[in-house]
Amino acid sequence: MKRIAFAVLTALTLAPAVSQAAVTVKGSDTMVILAQRWAENYMKKNAGKKIQVTGGGSGTGISALINGTTDVANSSRPIKGDEVAKVRDRFNVLPAETAVAKDGVALYVNDANGVTQLTVDQLRSIYQGDVTNWKAVGGADAPIVLYSRENSSGTYVFFKDNVLKGEDYAASAQTLPGTAAVVNAVSKEKNGIGYGGAAYAKGVKEVKVVGKDGQAYLPSAENVKSGKYPLSRPLFVYTRGKATGETKDFIDYCLSAEGQAIVTQVGYFPVK
Amino acid sequence: MSTILKQRAATPAAEGRRRQVQEAAIELGITLVALTGIAAVILIFVFVAREAIPLFSNPELARETDLGRMFLPQVWRAGRPAAFIWQPVGGIPKYSMIPLFVGTLKVTAVAMLVAVPVGIAAAVFSSEFAPPRLREVLKPVIELLAGIPSVVLGFFALVVMATWLQSAFGFTSRLNAVGAGLALALTIIPVIYTVSEDALTAVPRSYREASLALGATRWETAFRVVLPAAAPGVLAAVVLGFGRAIGETMIVLMASGNAATTTWSFGDSIRTLPATIAAEMGEVVVGGGHYAVLFFIGVELFVFTFVLNSLAAVAVRRLVRKMSGAAA
Repeated sequence: MKRIAFAVLTALTLAPAVSQAAVTVKGSDTMVILAQRWAENYMKKNAGKKIQVTGGGSGTGISALINGTTDVANSSRPIKGDEVAKVRDRFNVLPAETAVAKDGVALYVNDANGVTQLTVDQLRSIYQGDVTNWKAVGGADAPIVLYSRENSSGTYVFFKDNVLKGEDYAASAQTLPGTAAVVNAVSKEKNGIGYGGAAYAKGVKEVKVVGKDGQAYLPSAENVKSGKYPLSRPLFVYTRGKATGETKDFIDYCLSAEGQAIVTQVGYFPVK
Repeated sequence: MSTILKQRAATPAAEGRRRQVQEAAIELGITLVALTGIAAVILIFVFVAREAIPLFSNPELARETDLGRMFLPQVWRAGRPAAFIWQPVGGIPKYSMIPLFVGTLKVTAVAMLVAVPVGIAAAVFSSEFAPPRLREVLKPVIELLAGIPSVVLGFFALVVMATWLQSAFGFTSRLNAVGAGLALALTIIPVIYTVSEDALTAVPRSYREASLALGATRWETAFRVVLPAAAPGVLAAVVLGFGRAIGETMIVLMASGNAATTTWSFGDSIRTLPATIAAEMGEVVVGGGHYAVLFFIGVELFVFTFVLNSLAAVAVRRLVRKMSGAAA
């Protein structure tokens, strides 16, 4: 739904201005707000330059990179081996990876929920469906209602790899199309738990996650940057071969002090 | 038609021939249009099936799944009972169709349970009891319901109905088969209503007059005479509604929670066949196992509706034969 909205929005705003070749950026829904903010500010600074941003998911972005329909692919997961091979086969260059920001995958619960911290093991038990009552993890005696993302989402894969260690989600986990939908659902469901980017946590409570040192951490800027928060991940942009020309200018802008300041404003964490 | 043509041929011969050619051309055009419809159905089926076939013919894809793994319970985690699991993305993809079947049937059952009585009752009311003025308003308004885009109904179900239903019935999951089924019922009520209403109105006036003359009340006439006489049309309406319900995508995608559960409870979240295709098709590797499985789901849906429509056609024919036999 969200991706349709973005597609329509971009089509509406950019249709009259197609006369000029634009740098196209496509991919991760997690990064779409960030990428649009970068694009707006970059275009404001460099009159006449055009950056066109759309979402769709990390996989969609990388597919578009493979198919040659986008210049830059945003991805919240590293590119896979077979995707690298496809780019090499079609374009005879290797995709170039740049980490542009860091994201903490936050765990959301309803404001009324008394649980303040969880370990990664507890999260795994909850999301595998072994623990089904909040009482078992220090909360009230109430069933746990699981919210997850669609399996096309980069966040889904990150959570599956890093929390579930590759195991399956419980069948009862409801899959929603977008982090905003998860946040909205958890804000209305008092026994709910969901996960997604830290930037989206509005109207819900973030749960502290216990790190390697035994302390519980919120996904705050310093905890993510220092690596103490256990569930953090880099956000990437990919290009076909080393970026050149306007594409390179744009990526350089993302990594500049100003670009990284925008990262913080949007709610993610800078890499520099 | 041919007699008309012959009569015309008596007038100047040139004009007659011109008309003949014209009519032949029109006939050919209409035939072509009808054939295009059939060709489109066949081509769509061939295309969908062609993408699904590698699942069985290509050994590489066949390693990912087979009919046994798609339809029988499997033990995936040591020490756990065998289960039906739909988890297509991961180290070992799991493509059990059963949770999707169960979900589709649950949501369709809820929708039909609500829409069939409501749709038929509304049709009986507007054809038999409603004053003509009210009927003129009622019919277009109910038909307008069919014009609401399903994405709007889905959004309404997601944001408003889900919360009401949860506070009314205390469901554990906000989004579940009941909420999605009710929203779905809203889309199929107009289908069932319109087709049933037409069938009821088509029942000859003489039936009603005979029934009333024999001393039956209006109520008895409506339910014992007119409704049975219109049964084939009403059955067709129900089948049409069922087909619409089973294939509806947007509402269930938004309002059902999309959790691939295999339970009896209607209060659980469900994942349906069409919603699965819609949610996952966007990011599958073209030509991969997951891609073929999604097309296989498309084939299943196609076969579903085909079988259903055929059964309904047989049932309608039997009903018609039985009734015309009784009338004779």
